[in-house]
Amino acid sequence: MNPLQINRLTKAYQRGWSRKRFLAVESLSLEVCKGEIFGFLGHNGSGKTTTIKMILGLVHPTEGTVSILGRDSREIAVKRSVGYLPESPYFYDYLTAEEFLRFYGRLFNMQGSQLACKIDSLLELVGLKDARQVPLRKFSKGMLQRAGIAQALINDPALVILDEPMSGLDPIGRRDVRDIILQLKEQGKTVFFSSHILPDVEMICDRVSILVKGQLKAVGAVSDLVGSETVNEVEIQVVTTSQELLRKADELGATVSRRGGMVLMTVPSQPKADQLLAYIRSQNGRLVSFVPHKRSLEDLFLKETGVEIQS
Amino acid sequence: MNAILTIAVNTFRETLRDKVFYNLVIYALLMIGSALVLGTLSIGEQGKIIKDIGLASIDLFGVLLAIFVGVGLISREIERRTIYTVIAKPVHRYQFLLGRYAGLAFTMWVNTGIMLAAFCVILIIGGMAPDRGIMKAVGLITVAQLIVLSAALLFSSFTTPTLGGIFTLALYVIGELTPDLKVMSDKLPVGLMRELLTGLYYLLPNLALFNVKGEAVHGVPITGEYMMMAVAYGLTYTALVLLASCIVFQRRDF
Repeated sequence: MNPLQINRLTKAYQRGWSRKRFLAVESLSLEVCKGEIFGFLGHNGSGKTTTIKMILGLVHPTEGTVSILGRDSREIAVKRSVGYLPESPYFYDYLTAEEFLRFYGRLFNMQGSQLACKIDSLLELVGLKDARQVPLRKFSKGMLQRAGIAQALINDPALVILDEPMSGLDPIGRRDVRDIILQLKEQGKTVFFSSHILPDVEMICDRVSILVKGQLKAVGAVSDLVGSETVNEVEIQVVTTSQELLRKADELGATVSRRGGMVLMTVPSQPKADQLLAYIRSQNGRLVSFVPHKRSLEDLFLKETGVEIQS
Repeated sequence: MNAILTIAVNTFRETLRDKVFYNLVIYALLMIGSALVLGTLSIGEQGKIIKDIGLASIDLFGVLLAIFVGVGLISREIERRTIYTVIAKPVHRYQFLLGRYAGLAFTMWVNTGIMLAAFCVILIIGGMAPDRGIMKAVGLITVAQLIVLSAALLFSSFTTPTLGGIFTLALYVIGELTPDLKVMSDKLPVGLMRELLTGLYYLLPNLALFNVKGEAVHGVPITGEYMMMAVAYGLTYTALVLLASCIVFQRRDF
């Protein structure tokens, strides 16, 4: 029995005066296994949020079914085992963090010391223990995201659904969210999250799926889908006056820009960047930074396999 | 039931922390207080003026609260997306709707209670005692407010707060004039227009039924039977509008 099973899920909207039919999600079928972290990838507007809303009963599917832990997702009781964080969450900002979690706990019939203990442990987990009496309207975006994750976990859910949990967060915030997701996996929970940020996905997901214009294009491990070559270009910043080095960079197809003694070289691939790095060392250049830039997984996938290929 | 109560308590807390509530209460108290001043300007009619202004203030500010806060009850939740996390919990949509309604209805009762207490103080200062007629009039005002609030909730479940506010206000004004529809239809010859007006008379809320302020001010008795009939009508109408709201809300996508 899979925690999440989606069968031929479709959502059609009618747009404009002509009532033209538009498919936000088209015949999507997917299975998420117990205990895995599953990345649901796609650009903005690809249908990720609509799919998640259909899973949770916020949007009625035009066709298809969703089953959660073996039961129809439309059954209210099923939601006792699900945690959900919406994209760019807005919460009741007049509540303090503690009141906010108490409100959600009570929706699960949690009371008294059981609820108080749960609130304590969640505030600790998401690093908001010192802000428990602060109203949510005074929270930063990162703090709101943490509060949102805490409310998603109030019922100790078996399946956690997070919609873009890392968007808008700074690198430290993203790392914290990644750590929380990994902790959830260690606790045996299944995590289904949508994202378009490749490094986050690559680092923690067991499997991913790619959604393009409402259609599922692929499902599998990240490495199976795009191979290990995911670096698009590398930016190397170096302090040097060596003309030899600049000639070498040019040979390797790098674009070079100079400001005083500082040189910024943008190299088109990882192996070429490694070659240039070795050359910089041999020329006694002082390395300032080495930053690999990655493409979105979806771009890479589409580039390497072509849009028309189905999973 | 627990979910409805939890959402109602949260709604009550929300309105208590909303400036609109305090503004309305302060204006209402000022208005009721002004009855004392205006009363002294009239010779021999002081008691009538105080009761008139006091009851009218309780009625007006209760309706304003029902409309201005009521129309945002659901639409604001959707606009701010706060509804997402609640509906994703084990909460039926009708429980969410009824919880929001109950929370604001309770706020309205608190509001009316504060205004009534201030009104009683003014009456006592003016040398009068709050009589049964006043209490009955205020009782029926609260029932009318339940109807107006249910209408605000219905509009809030499918349209924007601005449009919802206009619709609810229009319904309130028409509701106060509903008996005139009947009078007009009775005068018309048999035909489509007559049928239409009669249909509207039965469809729209008859809020004039709950307006016994004149009787209360002039000491005309309001019978127990009348009270029972009006309350039964008000609660039935409210229940039907809430049912319609639940049906509309159940079909919505967020």
